[in-house]
Amino acid sequence: MNKTEKKELQKQACKVRMGAIEGVYNAKSGHPGGSLSAADLFTYLYFKEMKVDPQNPKDENRDRFVLSKGHCAPGLYATLALRGYFPMDEMKKLRHIGAMLQGHPDMKGTPGIDMSTGSLGQGVSAACGMAAAGKMDHKDYRVYSMLGDGEIEEGQVWEAAMFAAHQNLDNLCLVVDNNGLQIDGTVAEVGGPEPIDEKFRSFGFDVQVIDGHNFDEIETAFNHAKTVKGQPSVIIAKTVKGKDVSYMENQVGWHGTAPNAEQYETAMQDLNKVLAGLEVE
Amino acid sequence: MAEMVKKATRESYGEALAELSEKYPQVVVLDADLAAATKSGVFKKACPERFIDCGIAECNMVGVAAGLAACGKIPFATSFAMFSTGRAYEQVRNSVGYPKLNVKIVGSHAGISVGEDGATHQCNEDLALMRTIPGMVVLNPADHYEMKAAVKASIEHQGPVYIRLGRLAVSSFNNSDDYKFELGKGITLRDGKDITIVATGLMVSRALEAVKTLEEQGIDARLINIHTIKPLDRELIVKAAKETGKIITVEEHNVIGGLGDAVCDALCEEYPVPVIKIGVNDVYGHSGPAVDLLDEFGLNAAHIVEVTKKALQK
Repeated sequence: MNKTEKKELQKQACKVRMGAIEGVYNAKSGHPGGSLSAADLFTYLYFKEMKVDPQNPKDENRDRFVLSKGHCAPGLYATLALRGYFPMDEMKKLRHIGAMLQGHPDMKGTPGIDMSTGSLGQGVSAACGMAAAGKMDHKDYRVYSMLGDGEIEEGQVWEAAMFAAHQNLDNLCLVVDNNGLQIDGTVAEVGGPEPIDEKFRSFGFDVQVIDGHNFDEIETAFNHAKTVKGQPSVIIAKTVKGKDVSYMENQVGWHGTAPNAEQYETAMQDLNKVLAGLEVE
Repeated sequence: MAEMVKKATRESYGEALAELSEKYPQVVVLDADLAAATKSGVFKKACPERFIDCGIAECNMVGVAAGLAACGKIPFATSFAMFSTGRAYEQVRNSVGYPKLNVKIVGSHAGISVGEDGATHQCNEDLALMRTIPGMVVLNPADHYEMKAAVKASIEHQGPVYIRLGRLAVSSFNNSDDYKFELGKGITLRDGKDITIVATGLMVSRALEAVKTLEEQGIDARLINIHTIKPLDRELIVKAAKETGKIITVEEHNVIGGLGDAVCDALCEEYPVPVIKIGVNDVYGHSGPAVDLLDEFGLNAAHIVEVTKKALQK
């Protein structure tokens, strides 16, 4: 990708982060940490990788995305809003009574949401079903699903991984947002899901480990995944939880806490600084 | 006339899917390594390209079914009731029920008539679990013809459905070509004015025997077959309460959360009358031949007769 394109993606990702913060701040609850760590991946998927049309969100030939780590909905919603699925104003009503944007993704009410998720470990199974349907119907759409690194402690993830490889679902690409933190501490301390790459490899996946904030690496990984035949792919993206908000970075406490007014201002200043830096470069 | 057949409803399920496979190309059948027992294998033989064996992983199977449904398929996720509704309960609730996906959850080997396998496999809670899921249709067909009609009706119904299948062969009583199955509608099998017996699934044929015996003893009992536990035919139940004053419910299920509670829910709001619940009395089953277990747990005609007579004496 050329420099201009990369810079555009970086700017979008920064706006995704702003949108996520806006949502969580107005909701006075929600999950900022993982929304920020996944923002570059969301951005690449919706602005570069996936064949989707916000004007026709149910197109049966579209690529699908299942946010298995559904609590990072603020990041996904902000991405969908920027991509044109619905107005960015909806972010201010996130989690409110009567709002379109639920605390966790609801496919019935939100354009662009392909699967209702939130209870961890269930999204990959649904993504497998979508990929299997694509194979049955000889359609060439691809199915993407993002998992948290804490989430993969759920046994169902591995049932689904075994299924995906056994069914040769090469139209399925998983992304693990490997930010290293879960609610109760580091993933190493709490559940010990590592080594993640070896586990997926032994389950029959094509495995790539990348820097989840580097668009060159993200592009290379997704392009490679499309060339893999006969087996599913996983991209393990090393990320920073709370990325680009100074006081949230790598802090366990910002998994599921909303910023207060002062913290909100600081977060927006931090992100505006990132955006300004991208404008002048 | 349709002939009388003696068949387990799981066999009728497999047959129905195989027969309907051409007419409904969206139907996909999933199983979790029990296709020979649940009879989903009959569909597999007829239509292997639309059958997926998910291995012993019911939670994933239900999620895969949800994904298939999100792409326009009509998946039947089949396993023993213990696993498709018990082990995978939360997947059914969150990945199927909440998004209202067009998935059919199928639970075979329900109730204590599983027999020798014993308590771990005798699911007496499936109806209760599935009833608690908003929007879920809960079906418990009683014989071969009713099961075949129920499978077709569930394909034509847009939205999640639970179908309960039994292991034990049961003699058919819907032996008529004009048998009509309507989702949510109970069927009055015998009219009567003294008392009403409301039965479901395997217990309907046993309740039929009971009302014949009662008739011989001068008791005019009404018998209602409830194949759809949810949505319940409240109108028919309330009418029976008004006209006969007392209700006996009969189910091969825990007395907590199944047909009996559904009937009580309807009546206590609209027309409270005494309801006596015959079922598994909040205990686990154990190993033994199915028919002997049914006798032991009071799930037979003799016990229905006894309870009915006692209720009338009160």
